[in-house]
Amino acid sequence: MIEQQIVNGVMLGSVYALVAVAFTLAIGVLNFLNFSIPGLFMLAGMVTWYLLKAGIAWPIAALLAIATGGLMSLVVERFTYRLMRHSAHFVPLVTSMAFLILLENLVLIVWGSDLQRVPVPFATLSIQVGPTVIAVPQLVGLACAVAAVACLDAVLKRTRIGRGLRTIAEDPETATLLGVAVGRVVPVVFLIGGLFTALAGFVFAINYQQASPFMGEEVAFKGISAMVLGGMGNIWGAILGGLLIGVIETFSIHWFGARTVDICVYGLLLAILFVRPTGLLGGVALRQARI
Amino acid sequence: MSGYLESLLVLLSINAILAYGAFLPMATGQLNLGVAAFAAIGAYSGAYLSNTYGAHPVLAAFVATAVAGAFGWIVAFPILRTRGIYLALATFALNQVVQGTILNLDVVGGASGYPVPAHIGFPVIAAFAVVVVALVFLLFHTRFGISVTAVSDDERVADLMGLSVRGLQTAAFAGGAALAGLAGALYAHHFNYIEVQNYGVLFSIYIVLYVLLGGTQTVYGPLLGATVFTLLPELLRGSAAWRYVIFALLVIAIMSFRPQGVVTGDLVRRLLGWRRSAQGSA
Repeated sequence: MIEQQIVNGVMLGSVYALVAVAFTLAIGVLNFLNFSIPGLFMLAGMVTWYLLKAGIAWPIAALLAIATGGLMSLVVERFTYRLMRHSAHFVPLVTSMAFLILLENLVLIVWGSDLQRVPVPFATLSIQVGPTVIAVPQLVGLACAVAAVACLDAVLKRTRIGRGLRTIAEDPETATLLGVAVGRVVPVVFLIGGLFTALAGFVFAINYQQASPFMGEEVAFKGISAMVLGGMGNIWGAILGGLLIGVIETFSIHWFGARTVDICVYGLLLAILFVRPTGLLGGVALRQARI
Repeated sequence: MSGYLESLLVLLSINAILAYGAFLPMATGQLNLGVAAFAAIGAYSGAYLSNTYGAHPVLAAFVATAVAGAFGWIVAFPILRTRGIYLALATFALNQVVQGTILNLDVVGGASGYPVPAHIGFPVIAAFAVVVVALVFLLFHTRFGISVTAVSDDERVADLMGLSVRGLQTAAFAGGAALAGLAGALYAHHFNYIEVQNYGVLFSIYIVLYVLLGGTQTVYGPLLGATVFTLLPELLRGSAAWRYVIFALLVIAIMSFRPQGVVTGDLVRRLLGWRRSAQGSA
């Protein structure tokens, strides 16, 4: 029974982990709390539902949903970072909040406010390990999450763009002086963040076979807890934090009931911020976040 | 007065009080994403008083203001240890925790909402709003206002000049919480029904956006922001979702072209003909 809870928690956690990576990249590199991420998550989930309902094959639906998230994130970049690099520090935060409201309400207008059932072709596939049941789509989701972060890690460490990103994380002005094309590298942060978030939205829609215009608020915001738990700016920390939050959520449902989830998950976030703001893994990897 | 106009003016009054609730901490440089939590605490504590003890609704509103203010004062100590993004995150988390806690309080209806039979009419609410706005205006023409501006301009220098930065920030945070609580209690007693699901982070975000659009540099900004964004959607008509779409587009546009908000200290000085006065004071 306990094993089953842990498995369920880890599977749910892989969704939080992907969202947390997007949050942590934006904070680590740009010191930007990007509130549009729950909106992108929801958009990808709803696009997945719409395409699968229209009878499109799931790999194509996946690609289109993830591409939508990436493109939308680039639009957000235009109106947050590109336009406002030199204005007050809260402006990108405010604009990203507006994008969350915009996306949520546009989807409400187009597709209504109902909780939609996502028709998944391989929903019943599962493997049994002793008494524990593992659904195959969930396993695929987790594998995607780990693979995506491994790729990101390699990009950050090995490539020219990755070096540029890490330089900007240290100090944007110095990066400019050293010849990093900040204006060309910043969109990459948004693109990666959008792709990760959209992948999370797709994985969630497939695994839980549901999507609604409010899934961003209800699900993706927990990625913030996961990000802080793993240490802001630390991508492997985000993965660990996401999985932990997933397990904490399933256990709090198991022990105290579904209505206590928010108290447990966000109470933990509050406690960490008060006691140890650098997160469980300590030192911030991309750079020491400005306090 | 028609019922429609009256309920519109009630919303305007409540939104103005809420806007000042978010403005007070913002004036000292703190982004509070937990305004909805304090509004919920005010709404539920006021409703509980008038429902269970038969308290007069106006008295209940005063007590609710005190309860929300006291709660804000207590949580200000741990919360103000964090700053910048961490402060925004902590108040965000606080909002979720308070909402989740009320959701589990079956004594006030939990997830099924809480009816409030006692009623507060439009004139009382309007009077509350006028008094609140007047008080905040007066407050910002005293030494407190100048000190707050100094803290938001440069905390370190304000500290060096002998101002109690932490004390001012705590007072502003608790004062903002009290105002949000008052707004919550007024709302509960006017519309006679509250539902904790409505007091989410998105609600806090809307209030913060009102204030930021109006501008945080002067006391006029929040009033303008609350007025425009209460009345504008009514003029535009259409479904609620369309109103929010237009609201969001306006936010994006204003932040692109006038990131300090519509009303800035400089604008006020120019309008009043004090063009030559130095920057900073509001």
